[in-house]
Amino acid sequence: MKKIISLILSISVLALLVGCGSKSTVASTDTASSETAAKPKQKLILCTNAEFPPYEYKEGGEYVGIDIECAKLIGEKLNAEIEIMDIAFDSLIPTIMSGKADFAMAGMTVTEDRLKNIDFTHTYQTAVQTIVVPQNSDITSVDDLSDKKIGVQTGTTADIYCSDDFGDEAVERYSKIIDGFQAMKAGKVDACVVDDQVAKAIVAQDGGSFKILSSAYAEEEYAIAVKKGNTELLNKLNNAIDEIKGSGQLLQIVNKYIH
Amino acid sequence: MQKLLEAITINFIKDNRYLYIVTGFKNTMIITFFATIIGIVLGLIIALIRTTYDNTRKLKVANAICHIYITVIRGTPVVIQLMILFFCIFTSRHVSGVMIAIIGFGMNSAAYVAEIFRSGLMSIEVGQMEAGRSLGLSYLDTMRYIIIPQAFKVVLPSLCNEFIVLIKETSIAGYVAVQDLTKGGDIIRSRTYDAWTPLLAVAGIYLLLTCIFSAFAKRLEQSLRKNERTNNG
Repeated sequence: MKKIISLILSISVLALLVGCGSKSTVASTDTASSETAAKPKQKLILCTNAEFPPYEYKEGGEYVGIDIECAKLIGEKLNAEIEIMDIAFDSLIPTIMSGKADFAMAGMTVTEDRLKNIDFTHTYQTAVQTIVVPQNSDITSVDDLSDKKIGVQTGTTADIYCSDDFGDEAVERYSKIIDGFQAMKAGKVDACVVDDQVAKAIVAQDGGSFKILSSAYAEEEYAIAVKKGNTELLNKLNNAIDEIKGSGQLLQIVNKYIH
Repeated sequence: MQKLLEAITINFIKDNRYLYIVTGFKNTMIITFFATIIGIVLGLIIALIRTTYDNTRKLKVANAICHIYITVIRGTPVVIQLMILFFCIFTSRHVSGVMIAIIGFGMNSAAYVAEIFRSGLMSIEVGQMEAGRSLGLSYLDTMRYIIIPQAFKVVLPSLCNEFIVLIKETSIAGYVAVQDLTKGGDIIRSRTYDAWTPLLAVAGIYLLLTCIFSAFAKRLEQSLRKNERTNNG
């Protein structure tokens, strides 16, 4: 009896060792193959929030928009393949910090707080925060926004500015800005604050129920976010941005989407 | 340790960010509490209609409506129901997001609670009903004084389970701009870009809530079992 037990035990120990051994060899070949595959063309993961036309959105299953095309162009300059990761806007920075993605382009404004956690490249686009209201609204400027309900996208600069200026109670935070516009249509919020080009794109698509106020809420500049300390990628991206800015390619892309 | 203190300071103390958690906690509690009440009341009514039909073949139309209700509510995701309520049905600005969440989660919970109650009511043997009726009690009185009290004891564990699920389910209320506990944590996360601290804090609060609730349910269960014979007795 004892012999049988010891036999079973030793077999199982042996099986365990063999199992572990084979596993580790598989893992090592895996990494080796991915390294060799990556050598000719590097892969860069772009994380974005594709709910933000005309900067990034989906059309017919494809990711399109200014940021997406810029990223692809930059990819060409860096001889890298761009892989897109579509996540919520408020998860972009943690994703960059964790290293799950290499860089973020999502109409992201440079702010002091963000700079504490990530690095920004040179800016590539100027944007204005605008106020959108229903067609028949009596709101005409920023001053009329007090005591009103304001729809924003969680974690955007619009959210941060409005929360600071009008208090948390005044701000309704949606995961997508489109939901904010729908809530405005349903009469649940009085105004939405969003980047001007996004506002234009949505208002144009909607056809008549909203208007954009001529007085801007705030001005700001977009840049690409990378992990803090990743100076190698930061410098490469900066060079690429300067290049496409200088050559007019950036303007070309912008003109394609913004008329 | 230094790092932990720093994280807590940035995430909760700076700019009074803990208020996001406090408001969120308050809203989560309000939603859960009232949704529970709607769930129990509506659920019990549906269960009574369904069992009455099963026992007596009366209330045919009401039973059919209840059947459709349960099928639709159980067959669609609660987040979709919530968004339909928010964006399509209650489009008046006077109905707040919290109110809609209460209605949505209450209606959703009712469908599940109805089936839980029904299983409890069905588990009481027919003899109990017959005894009650033969003593001259009406159908409803027999239900009220004899069947329901016994059934309640049977369903308590699954009912408790349902409400633990409900507490956690309210975490999707953020979809309709309700600032519940989860959204409160999300707002902090979107300001500090720290994922660990707010998420762990929020998870801890949910865990604490469900633990308190289970402890309470367990005590209730024990006190309801006082009249029962013990195994060695």
